Amino acid sequence: MNLQTRMPAIPAWLQMQKNNMLRKSWWKILSFVLLIYTCIMGFLVQIPVLDGRMQQSVRNLFFHVPMWFCMQTLFTVSVIYAILYLRSQKPLHDHYALEFARTGIVFGVLGLITGAIWANYQWGKPWSGDPKQNGAAIALLIYFAYFVLRGSVTDTDKRARISAVYNIFAYAMLFPTIWILPRLTESLHPGGLGSEGNPGLNPNDTSPQMEMVFLPAIIGWILLGVWITTLRIRLRILIDKKLGYE
Amino acid sequence: MNKLKAIAFIIFFCTMHIFARCQNMDPKTEEPTDFMRSDGKIYVVVAVVVTIVTGIFIYLINLDRKIKKLEKDQYK
Repeated sequence: MNLQTRMPAIPAWLQMQKNNMLRKSWWKILSFVLLIYTCIMGFLVQIPVLDGRMQQSVRNLFFHVPMWFCMQTLFTVSVIYAILYLRSQKPLHDHYALEFARTGIVFGVLGLITGAIWANYQWGKPWSGDPKQNGAAIALLIYFAYFVLRGSVTDTDKRARISAVYNIFAYAMLFPTIWILPRLTESLHPGGLGSEGNPGLNPNDTSPQMEMVFLPAIIGWILLGVWITTLRIRLRILIDKKLGYE
Repeated sequence: MNKLKAIAFIIFFCTMHIFARCQNMDPKTEEPTDFMRSDGKIYVVVAVVVTIVTGIFIYLINLDRKIKKLEKDQYK
């Protein structure tokens, strides 16, 4: 308000920037606060004694599991922008879809690596062909193909359109590969349902105190992923402007 | 200003070992005598992880500011 009265001729772009969620800072600060809370409480919170099964490694719940939540969220945003692109044909929507998918892959790979580290000490070896491991790897490979596809088309409009369609396919494949198929078979993941399948984490293995760290951890990691993505989007917009596309 | 910051950082890190030295452990019993060594030295891990996360965030904030500056230049 104050700013406007002092400077009556406020340019339209500045107005746009001020209203733009990408450039607001409150959620970035929130992300920092939540992650610092996670990183302190993640180590100090009381954990339940699970017959010595997981011991202290159950604290990975605050670091390994949110990677997948973050990946799923970023891929969801990506597919929404892919659909928006198909409806509007605006290059900006293509940038959004691309960069959200890119950061989503980064978090997915981090999830696989941290999962392998955990599995090495919990299941005996880093890769045991667990249905959930295989499913996640397949899902990520499908998303890698998204970038291969993009790289193979030189025409920008065509690339944006084809990759938007492929993005929808890749997102649809996420559901069987990481949500449905691993649950239909027995898995090493502690689902607690045995041969009935498993949801990935056993509700009986967590305590209310752990939930109080787990939820902030999810939100914090997701916001961090979104922040990294918005930086890349802004960079891409700048490059586009410089090249004179817009 | 940037030079000043750099010098301040160097001085700060040069003094870090003092903090390390003034904390110690009972050599006979291996019993911790300070906070950082209590609870199986878990606070050391906390300190490491907090440092990493803080570092990543400082890096991102800098990147954010640089991009913001470029965006402003673009429109001028």
